[in-house]
Amino acid sequence: MIQIDNIYKSFNGHQVLNGISLNIEKGKTTVIIGRSGCGKSVLLKHVMGILKPDGGKILFDGQDIGKFDEEMLHSLRLKMSMVFQSAALFDSLNVGDNVGFALIEHQRLQKDEIARRVRESLAMVGLSGIERLMPSELSGGMKKRVALARAICIKPDIIIYDEPTTGVDPITADIINELIKELHDRLKVTSIAVTHDMKSAYKIADWIAMLYQGKIIAYGYPDDIRNTDNPVVHQFINGLSTGPITEGE
Amino acid sequence: MLNLFVNLGEKFLSFIYFLGEQLVLCLRMLGWMFVSPLEWRRTLVQSKRCGWDSLPIISVISLFIGLILALQTAYLMQRLGSEMYIASIVALSIVRELGPVITALVIAGRVGAAIAAEIGTMKVTEQIDALETLAYSPIKYLVVPRFLALMLMLPLLTLYADGIGILGGYAICVYKLGITPGMYLSITFDALLFKDVFTGLVKSVFFGMIIAVSSCYQGLKVYGGAEGVGRATTKAVVNSFILIIVADCFFAAMFYFLFP
Ligand SMILES: Nc1ncnc2c1ncn2[C@@H]1O[C@H](COP(=O)(O)OP(=O)(O)OP(=O)(O)O)[C@@H](O)[C@H]1O
Ligand SMILES: [Mg+2]
Repeated sequence: MIQIDNIYKSFNGHQVLNGISLNIEKGKTTVIIGRSGCGKSVLLKHVMGILKPDGGKILFDGQDIGKFDEEMLHSLRLKMSMVFQSAALFDSLNVGDNVGFALIEHQRLQKDEIARRVRESLAMVGLSGIERLMPSELSGGMKKRVALARAICIKPDIIIYDEPTTGVDPITADIINELIKELHDRLKVTSIAVTHDMKSAYKIADWIAMLYQGKIIAYGYPDDIRNTDNPVVHQFINGLSTGPITEGE
Repeated sequence: MLNLFVNLGEKFLSFIYFLGEQLVLCLRMLGWMFVSPLEWRRTLVQSKRCGWDSLPIISVISLFIGLILALQTAYLMQRLGSEMYIASIVALSIVRELGPVITALVIAGRVGAAIAAEIGTMKVTEQIDALETLAYSPIKYLVVPRFLALMLMLPLLTLYADGIGILGGYAICVYKLGITPGMYLSITFDALLFKDVFTGLVKSVFFGMIIAVSSCYQGLKVYGGAEGVGRATTKAVVNSFILIIVADCFFAAMFYFLFP
């Protein structure tokens, strides 16, 4: 469904993505793992079309989004949503307006219909009745969940999660994992998730891909990754301080 | 010596580049301005913020400008024994020049800085990216309303500043120099032609656009956290000042030759 084809990206001479290719299957959850700072968020922003690659392309059902004009990108984005690592809530709007933003701006829906959808989305992330609060009044984990509610509110076909469970307590993390699974099982949503939490990775993933030095160095079923004989992947998923990744440090 | 020229050349090129980028932003914004839904509600909110909320500071500053101008011209006119002309000098200098320019500079400082800081903060906290992922153009959502608001509010504020400035001159002449109120007003209105007011307002429309585009441009270009936001705010104000003064010089020449 989404093909990431040989993407290169550098920031001020620092090569972040170095010819990365990855295929995202329709209706499946692909989890991307990798060390902090290795370019996972940058990769996700390329998929959303927010960042433009220096080289390579991203194909949606065979179409190159680099060739899309602004209008085509917008109609594509109505079918996708992204949960930012930093939540990125609009701090001038209250929670309800944040969650319903796309509905309010794009769809000719009745006010109470929007309010109902917002209420539903917030309930799904376990935060009922906080529509009136401002983002500055929320805790970090609550912001994360509101961002999640904002992403699911438009009922997208594709959801991109950037560390959805980082900074929330273990119980809430599990609720979020269940939610991601449910969206996948019931609504056949295509998902791309970045996470550091291997437990949740095994739980939600159909596929796991590991990003290392700007490339995908491993791709496979969760069980393949768990039983890998690649020393780099082995060090990462087992969280070892010594190994090939940290050798030169 | 060579280095100096290379440096100057580089500065000049980067200035041209930066003007070009602002022009691109301006054109993209014009493209979005007419895409429905029109941004009436947000334009109104912004108009209140940059127009209505600026009235106090504009009042104080233009009142003082009027007072100062009358006192300074009185110094010369009393020596020449022609106090009568103070009114016309005050009216013309304020309506043609000081009203539009001082208003624009005050608004660049008060509103331009706020716009750059607000948009810049949204940029560094990824809110601009989030806006895009929700299929909403930041240009349409943020730049268009601010542009329209400044473009509409600046002439209105200028008109208001003109009135208050003339009032300042009136206060000095009537209460200090003993010119009768009727006399002051009739000289003022005799001196002012329609084109004086009109050219002042035309200028202020352009000043409004300059402030909006440079501030939004600096805001959208921010990188690197709080420090970046601070830098962008300063740049927005400084660049608006420079562009306003340059544009003013250009308009002065143009109007001088167009409407002699
Ligand atoms: N806008 C930018 N300008 C300059 N450098 C950037 C920018 N965005 C990311 N980078 C650089 O790209 C690299 C990858 O960043 P990225 O945010 O993708 O890491 P990450 O894999 O998501 O890490 P984490 O797990 O900590 O979120 C970092 O070294 C960062 O410094
Ligand atoms: Mg990240």
